[in-house]
Amino acid sequence: MSHASSLNPDYVDEAGRPIYHPVEEPHHPEGHSTMLGFWMYLMSDCLIFAMLFAVYAVIGGNYAAGPAPKDLFDLPLVALNTSMLLLSSITYGFAMLAMVKNRTAQMQIWLAITGVFGLCFLGIELYEFAHMIHLGATPQRSGFLSAFFILVGTHGLHVTFGCIWLVTLMIQVWQKGLIPANKRRLMCLSLFWHFLDVIWIGVFTFVYLFGMLR
Amino acid sequence: MSAEAHEEHAVDHHDDHAHGDDHDHGSFKTYLLGFVLSVVLTAIPFWLVMTEALAPQTTGLVITAFAVVQIVVHMIFFLHMNHKSEGGWNMLALIFTIVIVVIAVAGSVWVMYHLNTNMMPTHDMQTMG
Repeated sequence: MSHASSLNPDYVDEAGRPIYHPVEEPHHPEGHSTMLGFWMYLMSDCLIFAMLFAVYAVIGGNYAAGPAPKDLFDLPLVALNTSMLLLSSITYGFAMLAMVKNRTAQMQIWLAITGVFGLCFLGIELYEFAHMIHLGATPQRSGFLSAFFILVGTHGLHVTFGCIWLVTLMIQVWQKGLIPANKRRLMCLSLFWHFLDVIWIGVFTFVYLFGMLR
Repeated sequence: MSAEAHEEHAVDHHDDHAHGDDHDHGSFKTYLLGFVLSVVLTAIPFWLVMTEALAPQTTGLVITAFAVVQIVVHMIFFLHMNHKSEGGWNMLALIFTIVIVVIAVAGSVWVMYHLNTNMMPTHDMQTMG
């Protein structure tokens, strides 16, 4: 009995004997592999960013007699941006803690705060881009600026879609409540949101801080 | 009885990894700890670069180390990575990704650096001809 109980119940017959060659696909509950599948997606997304980081590492020093990082980057602004993303990470964490306790209203408030921090991040980033373009530092100006805009812009695009996804899920929870499917979606977005924060660590270290050292 | 035994096993399993990360979703304490660590690990690199307290090369090494540590902190406290999540497949996928990332980034930098050093001086070509 104890031997049988240690086996997956899908591979045990009525008498508790193990089935070595199941004829039918065992029953899988809906969404049981979503988290693993989403993790695989994040890992492939990680490879996209790795390629963009590699491009930046290779051509990030080609200024074409144009502006260098020191002329363009404003570290206090980047620090503010970083803190926005970091704060949004912990408020999303608090939303997840509220979700586990089924406190829907509390969770929605934390999600809303997370969204506001996300939008602040995007606003500051767009301000920075607009300021750079105003100075003539457009993506076409040099290899460094092409690589900069594609890397930081791709991250910003991810945050944009994260914000859209966040609002979508807030409406879903508002309409249908914390059903298992919504919990699963919120857990996927949690991974996505924290993953973007991890990518940002690479961006502020290797693009902004290293840019100021050059 | 089988269900009972299974439940007991589940409880044991839960206790097994309670000392590191007590639940898949973490707790208020682990999130706060992760946040405080992240703030410290972010603030020090920014401070080092802004004040130029160390030589540029040393600063570069130190902020790289801080970035790596902060990524690990985020993985553990925010993404709740451990060797057991999804039966170890999460960790396996992560290790595979890290291997590919290191090959792609280090390989690109290495190859392109050598291309630059070999291609740039045109006088070498002339002396060869």
